[in-house]
Amino acid sequence: MRGCSATVGKEPRGKRSLAIFPAHFRLAIVALMLLAIAGAIPAAAQQLAPDGAPNPTASGVNQQTLLQAAPRIEGYIDIPDTKARVLVQPAGRTWDHFHEVTLRWFGAIVIIGMIAALGAAYLIVGRLRISAGRSGKKVPRFTAFERFSHWLTAVSFVTLGLTGLNITFGKILLLPVIGPDAFSSLSQAAKYIHNFTSFAFVIGLVLIVAMWFKDNIPRKVDIDWLKQGGGFIKSKHAPAGRFNAGEKAVFWLVIFAGVAVTASGFLLLFPFYVTNILGMQVAQVVHAVIALLFVAVIIAHIYIGTLGMEGAFEAMGTGEVDLNWAKEHHDLWLQDQLAKEHHPVRRAAPAE
Amino acid sequence: MARMKFLCDAERCIDCNACVTACKNENEVPWGINRRRVVTINDGKPGERSVSMACMHCTDPPCAAVCPVECIFPTADGIVLHNKDLCIGCGYCFYACPFGAPQYPQVSNFGSRGKMDKCTYCAGGGGPEAPGSAEEFAKYGSDRFGAGKLPMCAEMCSTKSLLAGDGDVIGQIYKDRVDQRGYGSGAWGWLTAYHEDVQV
Repeated sequence: MRGCSATVGKEPRGKRSLAIFPAHFRLAIVALMLLAIAGAIPAAAQQLAPDGAPNPTASGVNQQTLLQAAPRIEGYIDIPDTKARVLVQPAGRTWDHFHEVTLRWFGAIVIIGMIAALGAAYLIVGRLRISAGRSGKKVPRFTAFERFSHWLTAVSFVTLGLTGLNITFGKILLLPVIGPDAFSSLSQAAKYIHNFTSFAFVIGLVLIVAMWFKDNIPRKVDIDWLKQGGGFIKSKHAPAGRFNAGEKAVFWLVIFAGVAVTASGFLLLFPFYVTNILGMQVAQVVHAVIALLFVAVIIAHIYIGTLGMEGAFEAMGTGEVDLNWAKEHHDLWLQDQLAKEHHPVRRAAPAE
Repeated sequence: MARMKFLCDAERCIDCNACVTACKNENEVPWGINRRRVVTINDGKPGERSVSMACMHCTDPPCAAVCPVECIFPTADGIVLHNKDLCIGCGYCFYACPFGAPQYPQVSNFGSRGKMDKCTYCAGGGGPEAPGSAEEFAKYGSDRFGAGKLPMCAEMCSTKSLLAGDGDVIGQIYKDRVDQRGYGSGAWGWLTAYHEDVQV
């Protein structure tokens, strides 16, 4: 190449270039010979077969080396299915162990632990009563649309939770009871319900964020609320706005867990659309772990909203709370509400 | 009882895809389902190797462990079969499978998967259908094994790269080949599938 370019590029066409060409040519031959010798050194060190034949596998790939270099072996394939390019992925067994052992223990501990903790709270602290008793006067707390958004999210969450838990715990708890055929039909239906309900949950989540984001921004009063032990000390009630620090914590947990399960869930709903096998496994791990924690948090949320506190459920039930309940739990919010309305007490007076 | 295994001798595989074709033809596998495939490592580079891969019929199969409806199980011969009547198409066996064996027909919108299909070692299905029946063939493909024959892919292999049969026997064949020719890139997937390698 060097000799060639010198001949064509630098030398003018003519006798002189013809005379000089063999010299360049000889140089090229010497260079080639040197290259050949250099190349022959590793060839000489190459392992030979028993019959003396050179080993064609010397530069060949070996699965142990490949697996040490990368977590999975991938190659070229003639079909357009890109996920089929993965030849071996030992991580499948790791994921299997996570799903069958780690996840099951984690889920059992988190959910049974939460139920046990709430049971203990009920036995020790008991139902949090309205200290001053019911006033009989009602204050509107949540509009019909707010309650619709809450229950849309709630019903879809419980549906997703139960159908999701079935995938992890169904074969231990339900399969031995109802038998393989019934359990399979149920799980098949549960899979489709889980897939389609996800959209309702996402809509509910978006509505909740849009409606309650402003009132859930942490404020100074929340620190005081936490310092005073929140709602868990019966004798006194810490001041709080529309949402107290506990409710704000639930709100933010729902937002972060909701976004995490939604993102990972849509990766699982559209398998291999944007990710590879590792991405699918990670998505499943994130989805399952966050969802189990989410279920535990919501169990606590359900407890506080029903059994754990007198007068709390009606906020999401009828949308109106008792005046004394509002005074004790959301005094600052109540002040604002009363200030906004011209005749708050008269309007809310019962028809006695 | 013999423990059935597959072994692909990559030094002999020429990426002809005859095993893939034999499998599709023998089992009348639908379009888009690839029970067996050939993957080429370092394609076009020195030392490239092609490996024919399907379900390896693992010891302690992770697909069976992870299946939420327990429709996958190993037979006494170590062949991993499944019952399509119970499968819900969740796709978890594909995440657990080290070899990308499970296949799913696209049945509806999104990535919704139909009933899983995979290599049956040409041993019919794991459902209630009678062995060798037309119903079984329609769902799972051929039951050569029940007739005392080995999988069609290995039987058709033109270079005898793909071996099927008793693990001890095919392991010994591979070991003898490596001893004779002096080299071999290993029994691909064996350590992951069977927790043991062919010592050569």
